Amino acid sequence: MALTRRETLKLMAFAALGATIPGCGPSDIERAAARVSKTMPLADREPTTLNRHEYDTVRVLADWIIPADDRSGSASDAGVPAFIDFILEETDGIEEPLKDGLKWLDDHSESTNGTTFIALETAQQRAILDRIAWPDNVEPGLERGAEFFTLMRDLTASGFWSSQLGVEDLGYMGNTANPGWEGCSHEAMAHLGLTYDEA
Amino acid sequence: MSREEVYDVCIVGSGAGGGMAAKVLTEAGAKVVMLEAGGDWDAVKDGAMLTWNYESPRRGKSTKDRPFGEFDACIGGWQIDGEPYTTAEGTQWDWWRARMVGGRTHHWGRISLRFGPDDFRKKSIDGKGDDWPIGYDDLKHYYDRLDRMVGIFGSVENFYNEPDGIFLPAPKPRCYEMMIKGGAQKVGVPVLPSRLSILTQPLGNRPACHYCGQCGRGCATRSNFSSQSVLLPPALATGNLTIITHAMAREVLTNDEGEATGVSYVDTQSMQDYEVKAKVVVLAASACESARLMMNSKSSRHPNGLSNSSDVLGRYLTDSTGGDAMGFFPNLIDLPVHNDDGVGGMHIYIPWWKENDKSLAFSRGYHIEVWGGRGMPGYGFGGGIHRINGQLDSGDRTRGGGGFGAQLKDDYRRLWGTYVGMSGRGEMIARAENRCTIDPDVVDRYGIPVLKFDVSWSDEELLQMKHFHETAHEIIHAAGGTPVWDMPTKEDNYGITRPGQIIHEVGVTRMGKNPRTSVLNEWCQAHEAKNVFVADAGPFVSQPHKNPTWSIMALSMRTSEYIVDEVKRRNI
Repeated sequence: MALTRRETLKLMAFAALGATIPGCGPSDIERAAARVSKTMPLADREPTTLNRHEYDTVRVLADWIIPADDRSGSASDAGVPAFIDFILEETDGIEEPLKDGLKWLDDHSESTNGTTFIALETAQQRAILDRIAWPDNVEPGLERGAEFFTLMRDLTASGFWSSQLGVEDLGYMGNTANPGWEGCSHEAMAHLGLTYDEA
Repeated sequence: MSREEVYDVCIVGSGAGGGMAAKVLTEAGAKVVMLEAGGDWDAVKDGAMLTWNYESPRRGKSTKDRPFGEFDACIGGWQIDGEPYTTAEGTQWDWWRARMVGGRTHHWGRISLRFGPDDFRKKSIDGKGDDWPIGYDDLKHYYDRLDRMVGIFGSVENFYNEPDGIFLPAPKPRCYEMMIKGGAQKVGVPVLPSRLSILTQPLGNRPACHYCGQCGRGCATRSNFSSQSVLLPPALATGNLTIITHAMAREVLTNDEGEATGVSYVDTQSMQDYEVKAKVVVLAASACESARLMMNSKSSRHPNGLSNSSDVLGRYLTDSTGGDAMGFFPNLIDLPVHNDDGVGGMHIYIPWWKENDKSLAFSRGYHIEVWGGRGMPGYGFGGGIHRINGQLDSGDRTRGGGGFGAQLKDDYRRLWGTYVGMSGRGEMIARAENRCTIDPDVVDRYGIPVLKFDVSWSDEELLQMKHFHETAHEIIHAAGGTPVWDMPTKEDNYGITRPGQIIHEVGVTRMGKNPRTSVLNEWCQAHEAKNVFVADAGPFVSQPHKNPTWSIMALSMRTSEYIVDEVKRRNI
């Protein structure tokens, strides 16, 4: 069987023409579908690592870090709290710092405003985050809070941008059979002031 | 238990060397049995190509048996339950083992560089290490046939000591690669299209690459190379190949004359012991596993291990040196979105451009691999943004990097793909004292004595990586970036990887003309057991900076054809 590249990719892209291409027969499609359906929909996942209060705090913080805007939804829209709960269980060395950090945040909120972080008014929450969200600009005594917030920011980004919502927001165009790939787009090359001819 | 059939050949291992041996020998009509310690695996059925990271709650993050990410094709890793290894006090060694049909060919970057004429005779050139008993001219014919058989893209360059092959067209560089190329050229460092064993045109019944960038997950169209998808199918089609999976080789069995009669193995699922009988044994279990098997095959004729009266077995162990540098490139901010997945690997590389430069503080070369771009978002996306986003020009940046909210969200979009990295991969000089031996105190879960590693870098390797980091920093600056990490110092061993980490361990059953200083002859045939051969990277006398797989296969093809000839001549 000698297919041209174009024919092959056409088959791959539509994948409905039977088992002429390895990996693209009906059984492969079914298997792929089964794999997808077996994976855990994060949104439906009940937290197992964080307690309810911690989980709610993570949700509030994640949405402060990545709010909805005109291009896409918020971190919690993308299932970030469930992602973080899952990843804490999977990863050595971050569960304790994250939980300690959540505790620090509540202790700090209690001492400044007399209640837990999530019970504060929006403006009060923002005022606290303003003091810990820029790690190179933290007043003495709040370093632990800044360290925790950096971890929280990284986990939120990891969960948001790797979600379907995040991938679509970025406009990632890959993970597909891409028959016409002929190098970078003209626009991208022009952005860099480069052309292939110069090479 | 013993299987009654006497096979013509028993091959231990199903990776690059074993797969090639199986293809050549079965096509010549030999009845071959292959022992594979891991399970069956088929890229077409079992690979995760075109899976979205978000289909898993893990988002592609590594797992214990998938250290390079949960969708990576290679099952195995640095630590395998029940299969320990040890290290001499004060030394480090990381040992990656695959446990699956196809072995580590499921893992590698498919960088397929031929060893050059100088690489076989380094001692004659700089007085260090040893020359090979063969030269480039002995292997060229096999490299040529390999290129045609397996497929490789690249470009004819006539570059010194970087022999050209028979290439399919190379893909164009990605735009960040063009940017690095420009920077490198400014500082006088050459950049070439890379040479990877990925099809850019159809070959036989394998279609061309569709540029999803996911070679590492196993290619469902078999458009890239793995032993499982390219070498084993034709071998199986002859009807002459029997693959026994979950078969952990324990010992090469020998007779009173010291010649091999077969291999004993443990069925890793039932924990039962078996034997297969064969007239010829080909070890291709990966360099150190093959050496271990020979060390554990003691008999009255081989009291120090199989073909080891020289005590060279296990010595001259090398890995490639490794170093990584990364730059942040403001030019790449707001880059128009496009698909730059490309093939599953780099489209350009920097070959060693200072061959025979006597002014350097070290003797052997390195090449540089380039990575970056806007691959599929997955676990870890955007990590450490606080170190960079303070440098952006939009909005309020008075407080430096970090932050939260709408501006931060937009920063992630703008900064996506603005890091580009370079990895140096260099030659380590083979020294007798760098070795593996059997640890007398430790056995694995099958009761097989395990390896103890004793390997250290010398100043040769450290100074080479120092040079790499200096070069990489120069290139990053010249291409308009700023290095993200500080230049590593002498105290950090110039940022060199731990020995073993580059997964290029070679040399422990080295070939040579003198039986007192080598384990195998120039045909990779054991000096002291004429029907035992090694077909992995163990026979290498030295290892240039070039990735070993292509040379493993060229040598295995040569060794296997020699076996066929010797059987015909009734010499074995």
